[in-house]
Amino acid sequence: MSRIDDEQLAGATSPDANGDGSFFPEPRAADSAADSGAAQVPGGQLTPSGGEASGVGSLGRLVWGVFSENKLALVGVGVALFMILFSFLGPFFYHTNQTSVIVSAQNYYTPPSAAHLLGTDPNGYDELGRIMVAGRTTLEICLIAAALATAFGVIYGAISGFLGGVIDAVMMRVVDVMLSIPSLFLLIVIAAIYGTTFWLLVAIVALVAWLAPARLIRGETLTLRTREYVQAVRSMGGKNWRIIWRHIVPNAIGTVIVNATFQIADAVGVLAALGYLGYFLPGAGSWGQMLYNGITYIEAPVSGWWLVYPVGICIILVVVAFNFIGDALRDSFEVRLQRR
Amino acid sequence: MVGYLIRRVIQAVIVIVGVIIICFILFHIYPGGSRAEARAVLGQRATGAAITNFLQVEGLSKPLWQQFFLLIAHAFSGNLGYSFKQGQPVWTIISERLPRTVILVGLSVIFAVLVAIPLGIFQVLRRNKPADYALTGLSFVGYATPTFFLGIVLIQLLAITWHLFPAEAPQQSGLLAILGDWKALVLPVVTLATVTIAGFSRYMRSSMMEALTEDYVRTARAKGAANRRVIFVHALRNALIPIVTLLGLSLPAIVSGAVITENVFNYPGMGLLFVTSASNNDFPLIIATTLVAGVATVIGSLLADILYAVLDPRIRYVSK
Repeated sequence: MSRIDDEQLAGATSPDANGDGSFFPEPRAADSAADSGAAQVPGGQLTPSGGEASGVGSLGRLVWGVFSENKLALVGVGVALFMILFSFLGPFFYHTNQTSVIVSAQNYYTPPSAAHLLGTDPNGYDELGRIMVAGRTTLEICLIAAALATAFGVIYGAISGFLGGVIDAVMMRVVDVMLSIPSLFLLIVIAAIYGTTFWLLVAIVALVAWLAPARLIRGETLTLRTREYVQAVRSMGGKNWRIIWRHIVPNAIGTVIVNATFQIADAVGVLAALGYLGYFLPGAGSWGQMLYNGITYIEAPVSGWWLVYPVGICIILVVVAFNFIGDALRDSFEVRLQRR
Repeated sequence: MVGYLIRRVIQAVIVIVGVIIICFILFHIYPGGSRAEARAVLGQRATGAAITNFLQVEGLSKPLWQQFFLLIAHAFSGNLGYSFKQGQPVWTIISERLPRTVILVGLSVIFAVLVAIPLGIFQVLRRNKPADYALTGLSFVGYATPTFFLGIVLIQLLAITWHLFPAEAPQQSGLLAILGDWKALVLPVVTLATVTIAGFSRYMRSSMMEALTEDYVRTARAKGAANRRVIFVHALRNALIPIVTLLGLSLPAIVSGAVITENVFNYPGMGLLFVTSASNNDFPLIIATTLVAGVATVIGSLLADILYAVLDPRIRYVSK
């Protein structure tokens, strides 16, 4: 829940109350953290939460359990792994020259053929090889940006929620303000002023990505800090930092992981948009930038479809895959919360 | 209720002041300071005297705190200075561009809501059947497709191959002229609405499922109400309420989408203006468009929250 204060709206069904920042919130998750009495099942009935007799088990086993049951999640993991292997290991099996090619009649803007499986672009580069190289850059930027943004957001949110009072109010107003400016405006101003290198793009993508985890962890912290075990640590003289780091963050880890997965998916979209608006990296660049370069040729007399559709499909596959994984993880952590 | 509204408006004003602060920061983070910024605007061959003169004229040589309060005063009085590149008052340029973006965003939000709600209800009626799975899959793909990629595909198919709609958005100014050219508006509106439809329909589906677990639905069923009556009369109104909040929450994302859509369809609204001024180093326009987009988004979310408070009588906004 963002615009209205969480406390004011307690009880209202709020799109983001389940705390993952995804655009696909499931309202049935809204109450799961608060009351563990009953699990609401999409079928429409209430089922008592008993869980399996085997007990809670380790986090990893639980996640594995969910993934082995959930076909969509398996598809998501499969596609994501495939795209990662394709981008990082692909060039070792499919050798192409992506740095210095002399343009000739054989490689100037040719449709797919046996020699070039996805054709070539007007600079003579093999398109399939270029998708792999650009995919590696794209995935690296997005994974690093999602990790950094999540780490920063977790620390920021935990501090804000734990300290409370005026500091919390100020820290959260900063998040409110940044969330209310359409993110693309901020990103483009920074990109236009500072230019775009690999690490600048990481920073730019992370610049707005930390807001959602910060808000979620702050919400979790507000509920967690009143728990008995936190009060116990405090009564034993535990320092604030220790409470946050050893007791609050680990208990909010489910929310964090779910959100990080969605952050990766969103980062791919943001990076593609920046590439499309002309904020480029040198060399093969990113998928968005390949799309931007290909678009000019789609309306040409000989439509260069191979310069547009394969890259576009790669972007969609990665985003869908990480959304599937995020959804499945959310289900698994919800189960954990409900069993507690 | 009244207390809640007042607090909500005060909060919106605080956020707007925050937006102004961020715009001010954006204006002053140019590496190398304002002289480098002036050089970026005037060109590399500008003389030192020309730069000093430029800084004087634009008020950039004043102390930072004075510039800050000037910006706040200007923002609230609507005087946003002159464009560095176009030589016109920023407000003149924006007042010509803003209505176009409002039309685009407004139409696509309306379109998205009109499509997504029936879609979500349909999925509930057919839940866990092939049609439901197919639509869920489709909404994932719709959500994952980059807006510009979708726009390009639509242009390629519907404009170039089948000549159904023009590839370019309306270029006229004036509400009636733009709406009169409705055929040219179809592709941009659909492009911008798709992501929203994907998210909203999925949300509508879960929201409806949630409503169907409520006690009043069980009561209605116990009275013997038919399934359709339960869904459309008893559950629908309650399931719709969260959609209003979702609308307010997703407004920033929709405006970001409008920036892309305007670029794909060459629609001269705020987004196109912003992207061109960002690549031109036209700082007053960059700041002003960001400011106006931010403020408009805050106001939009405020309206959605007010609507939410009015619609849902169950919510009692208790003061802390």
